[in-house]
Amino acid sequence: MNRTLYDKLVDAHKVCDLPDGDMLIYVDFHIMNEYTSPQAFSGLDTKGLDVWRPEAHLAVVDHVNATRSSEPHDAASKLLIDNLQANCTKHGIAFYGLGDPRQGIEHVVVPEQGLVAPGMLIACGDSHTTTYGAYGALGFGIGTSEVEHVLATQTLRYKRMKTMRVTLNGETAPGVTAKDIIMKVVQVVGAGGANGFAVEFAGSAIRGLDMAGRMTVCNMAVELGARAALIAADDITERALQGHHHSGHCAFESETWVSDSEAVFDKEFTIAGAEIEPLITWGTSPDQSVPITANVPSKKNFVSPKAKAALERALQYMGLTEGQPAQSIKIDTAFIGSCTNSRIEDLREAAKILDGRKVADGVEAIVVPGSAMTRIKAEAEGLRAIFEAAGFEWRPEAGCSMCLAMNDDIAMDGERVASSTNRNFEGRQGRGARTHLMSPAMVAAAAVTGHLADVRDFK
Amino acid sequence: MKDKPMTKTIKGIAAPLPLANVDTDVIMPKRFLITITREGLGNGTFADLRFDTAGGQRQEFILNKAPWTQASILVVGDNFGCGSSREHAVWGLRQLGIDACIGTGFAGIFYDNARKNGLALPVVSPSTRDALLQFASDACGGEISIDLEKRTIAAGKLSEPFEMDDATQTSLIRGRDDTLDSLDYAGAIRDFEAGLNNEMRVSVLK
Repeated sequence: MNRTLYDKLVDAHKVCDLPDGDMLIYVDFHIMNEYTSPQAFSGLDTKGLDVWRPEAHLAVVDHVNATRSSEPHDAASKLLIDNLQANCTKHGIAFYGLGDPRQGIEHVVVPEQGLVAPGMLIACGDSHTTTYGAYGALGFGIGTSEVEHVLATQTLRYKRMKTMRVTLNGETAPGVTAKDIIMKVVQVVGAGGANGFAVEFAGSAIRGLDMAGRMTVCNMAVELGARAALIAADDITERALQGHHHSGHCAFESETWVSDSEAVFDKEFTIAGAEIEPLITWGTSPDQSVPITANVPSKKNFVSPKAKAALERALQYMGLTEGQPAQSIKIDTAFIGSCTNSRIEDLREAAKILDGRKVADGVEAIVVPGSAMTRIKAEAEGLRAIFEAAGFEWRPEAGCSMCLAMNDDIAMDGERVASSTNRNFEGRQGRGARTHLMSPAMVAAAAVTGHLADVRDFK
Repeated sequence: MKDKPMTKTIKGIAAPLPLANVDTDVIMPKRFLITITREGLGNGTFADLRFDTAGGQRQEFILNKAPWTQASILVVGDNFGCGSSREHAVWGLRQLGIDACIGTGFAGIFYDNARKNGLALPVVSPSTRDALLQFASDACGGEISIDLEKRTIAAGKLSEPFEMDDATQTSLIRGRDDTLDSLDYAGAIRDFEAGLNNEMRVSVLK
């Protein structure tokens, strides 16, 4: 008994070995969006191929749609949305489009609809498909050619990865969230530190997280290069699944979806939960973060010329001075949303900070609930009223929106955004836009103070 | 036709791009993604690095400077291709005339996308990468040659091995179509499915 959870999942889905060293693995469930699937469907057409098992796929509109209204904001996005719908109709695939009560960001919709369970293998043309590891399922992102492959064969060509375990011991302090945990892991392991690895998260600080928190952790594991992230299924997973099965399916109970006690990982990291503080990114890579109580790094913190040059470039893009206190960074925009942090639990955390407070003058604050169901639930709980009273714009439709600015939510050149999203890359939220990643509660704190702020200062 | 012409050697002028963590948002900005075809992405590739906001060429960017305007190989920083799964990044690089990126390690999805589109990603040690960066900067049009069969890179007096898994190597040399190849195993896929009980067969509600 020495297999890792990852190896159990791969073994359970292996169809056959291929002569060149790859294997074929079976994909239980495949999700598509409107921007990484069009060329996959046209590939099927060109090759005269059918979809192998249409009922195993779901298509969701989320990346390019406007969230101000259920109407596409321009002709180009309408073309992508209509194209997806037409492809789904043609091939008999479920399509949750604009106006559908189940529509939303794919990685928010899937758990809501009970389409993920321990032991499953889930693929999607989106890098944040690692999210499903929170359920003890093997989820990973694929490119468009692989979307075509899984449509045509229900399998993927696959090479087994190395395994890494990141153990978060002890407990985290009040004010420290799942977002801070994963941002700390990215900081420690590095932006490419887990390239080629499947990462399992373990330890009491992980076990203590609810499913929303576990999804945030696994979601952003791709920012350290992990192609797959996993958390062993336990009682919390089991409770989340109850009464939640999509049409009675998805019961993958043939295995225990945990790593065996004797399992050996190729690489191990250990982080003390108590040492994690609320973090913010200061640079243009998700591993460029500091505690909110600290300063932006200085050149003297780095030895190699390459690192000094990287710091200089990031500071120049971000419009920051070396050594500047994190809390002196003034923001233009606050954005709460994305597949990382737009679930009901995230909205509740932000609302706690916003209750009875006002967004600072000159700050534009936007919240985009992750799905139509999340929005309706939040409205019923009174969260919308809290956000709106504080001065946040509450978006009536769900989608990725300003996380990657593929719709009309585009930050301007030089605009500084406190963002509950997952990537602070150059140009991610708009050409020249400056992104600071943080937890949703920290975004709320920044919105009301007008600068990056410590959520622990709010009672 | 599953088999295409074999590509055993990639040869060309190499441009140095030493930045670490060049992500797919930088390789292919989102405004070029609102499309349903694979075509027309050459101009989008590195658009924010190549062009200023008025659309003029940024003279300081390496691919805008001779002889690197003719580059077909990039020597890149660590963790090239990280971020989004967008295959558009690879399509765009190919349409820009890039046949290979040499680096110390690549993000997983980018690596797989590259293989599907004939973009070779030889993985070398940090010291080899740095030597190749130097060569690409100094050589003023000197060519790098990548031997896919022998898994070696030659540049001037340098001759160094690179890493590439067998499946990727085969795929690049043969230029095969993975989807059509895998359908040769349709029987094995059906056998696997026959072993699944009903509860393990996902059926999404329409």
